[in-house]
Amino acid sequence: MMFLSLLVFSPLLGIVLLMFVRKTDERMIQWLGTAATVPPLILALFAFIQSGRGFRLERLDEARDWVRLADLPFLTDAAYVIRYELGIDGLSLVFIVLTAVLATLAALASMLVKTEKKGYFLWLLALEIGMLGVFSAANFVWFFLFLEVTLVAMFLLVGKWGGFERERAAYSYLLYNGLGSALLLVVIAVLLARTGTANFALLHEMLHNPAAEGQLIAPLTEEGRRWLLGGLLLAFAVKLPAVPFHRWLIRVHVEAPPPVVMLHAGVLLKIAAYGMIRFGVGLFPDEFRSFAGVLALFGVINVLYGALLALRQRELKRVLAYSSVSHMGVVLIGLGALNEAGIQGAIFQSVAHGLISALSFLLVGVLTHRMGTTDINRLGGLTKAMPLFSGYLLTAALALLGLPGLAGFVGEFTSFLGLFQTKPALAAVGALGLIFAAVYSLKAVLDITFGRPRDRQEAVMGWREPQASAVSICEPQTSGASLGEPQGGVVDLQGKEAVPAFILVALIVAVGVYPQLLAAPLTAVVETMMNGLGG
Amino acid sequence: MNDVWQSDWSMMAPEWIVLAAAIALLVIDLALPSDRSRRPLAWGAAAAAALAMIATAAMIPAGSASILHDTFRLDAFAKAFKLILLAGGALALLLVAEWAPKEGSPHRGEFAYMMLFALLGAMMMASSGDLLTLFVSLELLSVSSYILAGLRKTAPASNEAALKYVINGGIATAIMLFGMSYLFGLTGTTNLGGIARRLQETNEPYMLALAFLLLLIGVSFKLATVPFHMWAPDVYEGAPVPATAFFAVVSKTAGFVLLLRLLVTIFAAAPAEGRDPSSLLLSMQPVITVLAGLTMIIGSVVALRQRSLKRLLAYSSIAHAGYLLAGFAAMSWAMIDSLWMYLLVYTLMNIGAFAIIAHIVNETGSDDLDGLAGLYRHRPLLAVALGLFLLSLAGIPGTAGFIAKLHIFIGLVVTEPGHYVLAAVMAITTVISYVYYFNLIVQLFFRPTFTAPLGRLPAGLSTAVVLCALGTLAIGWAPGLAYDMLAQFGHFGDFLP
Repeated sequence: MMFLSLLVFSPLLGIVLLMFVRKTDERMIQWLGTAATVPPLILALFAFIQSGRGFRLERLDEARDWVRLADLPFLTDAAYVIRYELGIDGLSLVFIVLTAVLATLAALASMLVKTEKKGYFLWLLALEIGMLGVFSAANFVWFFLFLEVTLVAMFLLVGKWGGFERERAAYSYLLYNGLGSALLLVVIAVLLARTGTANFALLHEMLHNPAAEGQLIAPLTEEGRRWLLGGLLLAFAVKLPAVPFHRWLIRVHVEAPPPVVMLHAGVLLKIAAYGMIRFGVGLFPDEFRSFAGVLALFGVINVLYGALLALRQRELKRVLAYSSVSHMGVVLIGLGALNEAGIQGAIFQSVAHGLISALSFLLVGVLTHRMGTTDINRLGGLTKAMPLFSGYLLTAALALLGLPGLAGFVGEFTSFLGLFQTKPALAAVGALGLIFAAVYSLKAVLDITFGRPRDRQEAVMGWREPQASAVSICEPQTSGASLGEPQGGVVDLQGKEAVPAFILVALIVAVGVYPQLLAAPLTAVVETMMNGLGG
Repeated sequence: MNDVWQSDWSMMAPEWIVLAAAIALLVIDLALPSDRSRRPLAWGAAAAAALAMIATAAMIPAGSASILHDTFRLDAFAKAFKLILLAGGALALLLVAEWAPKEGSPHRGEFAYMMLFALLGAMMMASSGDLLTLFVSLELLSVSSYILAGLRKTAPASNEAALKYVINGGIATAIMLFGMSYLFGLTGTTNLGGIARRLQETNEPYMLALAFLLLLIGVSFKLATVPFHMWAPDVYEGAPVPATAFFAVVSKTAGFVLLLRLLVTIFAAAPAEGRDPSSLLLSMQPVITVLAGLTMIIGSVVALRQRSLKRLLAYSSIAHAGYLLAGFAAMSWAMIDSLWMYLLVYTLMNIGAFAIIAHIVNETGSDDLDGLAGLYRHRPLLAVALGLFLLSLAGIPGTAGFIAKLHIFIGLVVTEPGHYVLAAVMAITTVISYVYYFNLIVQLFFRPTFTAPLGRLPAGLSTAVVLCALGTLAIGWAPGLAYDMLAQFGHFGDFLP
């Protein structure tokens, strides 16, 4: 079976084909780049549906010889053999589907990217390979390998196709995440050196089976394990990001091209959540208990800090950036709760926030394209000119604030439910953040859609006189203006842009109304983890 | 005298090939009219190095042996490291073949054979089993290197480089000789194995520790590690690019060969002072750890501020020497393995980078990092190749640099207690190094170009770039290739005599 390899590396076909396309043939590049994201989407959905029908995902496991680092007389045959191993369970599958969906939508949304499209799509597809690989890897070395593919791809995507301060954003992304990765690498090296394996299942066996203790190449003490888990959590806290490490996230959200942020906020941040769950809870359940309080505390800090700062922002991208910080705090809260509801909530929240932030940044991309700005002070009264767009924006805001019936609610509710069971006081404080979320998201979106621009001189489109200044700044799109009526030179969401927005809204509603869609594949995984935690 | 003639001289076949080629090229250079191009000489030298490599590879299956009263040892260690030295030498000679500086220099002939002589010294070092042969081959390498550094006769920077190299090298040699004199004084023999055996009977831990430190400081000159690293940036900058590549790669590899041959052979079993009676080498671990840490930090931090590509790679090579020294400081069973792997990878990625820089220096006459700006626009393949080497130097997975670094990390933490501080320093300096490697990548891919488009890459350089790029990618994605080769050396079980 090569199913997973095919799934992970299928965008490679697009990369190879793209190399033969002329740089100037933008239509072809856009078409091919989008088409290249479809095979993994089909495969991922296929696996998702099959697993829903009772197909056992373990049957997809792949292993191939890769390298043997040492072959010494005192070592067993399996020691220091690193294999190319892919394997998924329900948890990875959920994230793989999320990745595949968002990658296709981001590729669609990339039609607004105009410069050096070819290179852009090459790296976007490389980023997709990295993300799919991270969730499919069944061993630490390959996990790390794919993780660094995303690091390099993101650096180039942000640094080359980003906004005004793009290089600064790219460097801060690189350094923060590089530091996180370096720490992770040390942890991986210790585990690999001491146990002689990097395979998740084998590691789990080595760490928890007293009989396997003798097979350790060098001992792993209780204290050592706590340090390892601490390192692991810290590494992923940088990538999540938890509050003192969040600066890079703000810069990337603001500077990166919106379709890239769709993937960044939608998937890359979730790698940290995935890592914490898979390795933190999965490999070190006993030690994880002693960190739960700290995680929950940092989660609450994230939620409140992000929400309070989001209140003060007058730039839509920054509002969304801080709201990302706030929402990733909910993931920490869920993990810190350390019960079934909490862990499930953390996963739900990851997926939900992935969908919602993708929708938000899809719309941000359109807004930037039409208005040339996302400054809330300069925007107002968009409902008139762009009714469809405003409707979607409002939906995104409602999802963001956690309206019941939409995806965000499920994640937040379950996470907080979990924390209320174990640490009610902390949860009560954290829940304040949900109120702030309502304020900042509605304030920002309503100002844009219904409000009048505060800064009348600089306004992109006057509230009363929609035609006055809009023409000079906006580049009206002339082709296919069927859906939106041009008003004052502003074109509403068009067919090609409305499709991804519609799909995202549909998914957000689907998860919100029928959370079982997500819960089904997760049940078995969460149960195994709860058994490990002994509760 | 008789047994000298009856020795199995075929064991020295690679050395003979290099020596014969060097002498032949010297004679041809003399005989050739001065207006004829010396380019074929460098190609010939590269071919000789490649031939010697084949000869070495053919000897791998044979067991370990020594000739000439155990002054020349051919064990797995010697073969393994000679392969790297020869690969580095052959690739550097390809750079020599295409060396065409703006100021013009008619002395390419001696460039080729001096490099061969230096290579010969490095090879002999890998095989020597005696202080005397070790020292003589070290001097052969050093003196040839001084000449290589000063080959741009009319350029003041080149003269400065040669002078600095000679003076620093002289001091280092003196220090090392001083250390060797202690060893001879304590044991009365110059044979490495003999010294190691007799030291076990002596009880002079302080004098031995002094000898160890003197030797370590002396070796650190060749390694370009703290405390003897200051010469490297100036020499690298002043010397012609192929010579710089040679110093950064072959000289450094030779330095680690010296480090292992000399210090490990002699001190691995030597008695030490204190409650921990294991060995002097182990008791000196803290010193080496500190030096490795300092080297990594200084190398990567100072590299941040460099504008000259050659100086930047000089500091980067100091940082890499620090990683290697960290692998040595770990003193785990993975030590020699990880050093071999790292040096192999280091050779490939560095020569690849230097080949492209050589082209830029040839074409523009400057090695400012602005010269890379917008390279992707007019030479996309070249930019991608350099990007690959830079990613590998930065240790990004998918390239060989990652595998080598991972091996060193494993070595650092496999022992109990692990060297966590050193591993942390290595991790952090790696991230610092991202800044300057990615800064070059930014230049390559993001910036608009200022200079006229570069010409096509000449044959020698493109051969070197292609070989290095293939190697870097192959080891990155299929490290089994390199590790299968490493496995043939049996983890250097026959290293200690």
